[in-house]
Amino acid sequence: MRSVKNHLSLIIALFTIVFTMQIYIIVDRTVTAYESNLNEDYSIVVVTQNKVETDTLVALSSKIENAEEISTKEVIDHLQSQMKQRHIDLLKLSLPHFYSLHLDHYPTPSEIKDLRKKLEKNSDITRVEDFAKSHDTLYKLLLLFKSVVVLFAIAVFAVTSLLVMKEMRIWQFQHNERMSIMAMFGAPVWMRSAVLFRLSIVDAIIASLLAIATFTYADITEVGSEQLKSIGVDILLFDPLNDSILIIGVALSLSIILATLIVIGHKEEV
Amino acid sequence: MDKVIFAQDLSLAYNTEEAIISKATFSINSGDFVFITGASGSGKSTLLRSFYGALKPANGSLLVGGVEVNNISTAKLNFLRRHIGIVFQDYKLVKEWTIDKNVALPLIINGYAKDVSDIQVDKLLNHVKLSHKTSKYPQELSGGEQQRVAMARALAHNPILILADEPTGNLDDYSSRLIWNLLEGANTQLKATVVIVTHHIPEDLAVDYKHFNIEGGTIYEVS
Ligand SMILES: Nc1ncnc2c1ncn2[C@@H]1O[C@H](COP(=O)(O)OP(=O)(O)OP(=O)(O)O)[C@@H](O)[C@H]1O
Ligand SMILES: [Mg+2]
Repeated sequence: MRSVKNHLSLIIALFTIVFTMQIYIIVDRTVTAYESNLNEDYSIVVVTQNKVETDTLVALSSKIENAEEISTKEVIDHLQSQMKQRHIDLLKLSLPHFYSLHLDHYPTPSEIKDLRKKLEKNSDITRVEDFAKSHDTLYKLLLLFKSVVVLFAIAVFAVTSLLVMKEMRIWQFQHNERMSIMAMFGAPVWMRSAVLFRLSIVDAIIASLLAIATFTYADITEVGSEQLKSIGVDILLFDPLNDSILIIGVALSLSIILATLIVIGHKEEV
Repeated sequence: MDKVIFAQDLSLAYNTEEAIISKATFSINSGDFVFITGASGSGKSTLLRSFYGALKPANGSLLVGGVEVNNISTAKLNFLRRHIGIVFQDYKLVKEWTIDKNVALPLIINGYAKDVSDIQVDKLLNHVKLSHKTSKYPQELSGGEQQRVAMARALAHNPILILADEPTGNLDDYSSRLIWNLLEGANTQLKATVVIVTHHIPEDLAVDYKHFNIEGGTIYEVS
């Protein structure tokens, strides 16, 4: 138990890394959920003089999931009361066809631009309305937030890695002596390093359990779910099975890599 | 007689510095009881280190258990070491382990069952009169007590070769006698080959012995 302090720093470092990772996963989930919400409401409207098969429109780009003609009947019905029947007939003849194109995902501004160019090349299409100006500001904010989280995660990873490296030096020093003594009595490498691996695996599991407990608690107490619901996003903050496996997996691999580096760096004392 | 250790024109040096032992030729046979003496800094510990493969010969040949240690494979060296019991001059006990675990180390490495190992550890700690300290840590023991733990550990796995570097250096006459008894017993009853570095060869030894002295980098037998 004399080395509790050393354990603590490795546990905290590993915990910080998996914690940040899970935060990134939550942000990513939020953005994806928000994207699909937006996409449900989003469509591009094209105008054609002649009637076009909807399949032809879908074939114009792989991004277009389906196309639907927008009925003009309602507009005409609305006008019926105010206009003479003769004018209405004339209007019906000259009125173009409107199609709403639904995409398979919520497009970025540049994707919209490309798609617009493609659509305008088609001779039937006379007008394209992409509603690019109304591109969701909240969405842009979320994307910005996601990049910030990524940068933050990289920074956290860099700093904790440095801390862990420093810790590793101490570990190496501590374990070197025992490993050398064991070597003098003929212990093969795996046996000399067994203690080290056991310790780092235990530390990784403790760090994972701490992270899992933290997020389970956040999930139960519904931290932030109010805010997420207010922007129409209802996601799983923490997936008890998949996220736990990922957290344990990452923490274990990191600590095993660490222990391996110590074993490789081991110099036999005489 | 099988040669347990056979050195021919053996030179030992640290890094590229001048040789500490140069062109030594000698042999130690199976079942020998050997003393190595020499002034402080003459190279006694250095010579022992070469016997367990921690220092490779700078020149010449050194066979331990019939194997040339110059180009021994790691697996073979580990195998060899599992049959050697070493008492280091500075004991080298594992600080974070209790006394009984320290003594059990060679037994663990050699894959002894826990119950067999426990009995053997008890027996040896009893021999070195430390049965009451089994669950203490090395730093809670006096220098002489640590030295006796190191002795018990070296004998735990009934090694065929025992290398002891000043095993009584820190002990009073009574404890020294305990150690000599153990080493004599290992030699006569277990047929172990015993190599001891010491400044004082006991006068009341019950076994025949060989005596090598190191002086000015050369090793010669004193008769
Ligand atoms: N690891 C090392 N690196 C370089 N030189 C060393 C090392 N260990 C010992 N030496 C040198 O080798 C020489 C012999 O040392 P060694 O420890 O073998 O002496 P010794 O005969 O065992 O002495 P003592 O009776 O004091 O234990 C000394 O001059 C010492 O400075
Ligand atoms: Mg010495």
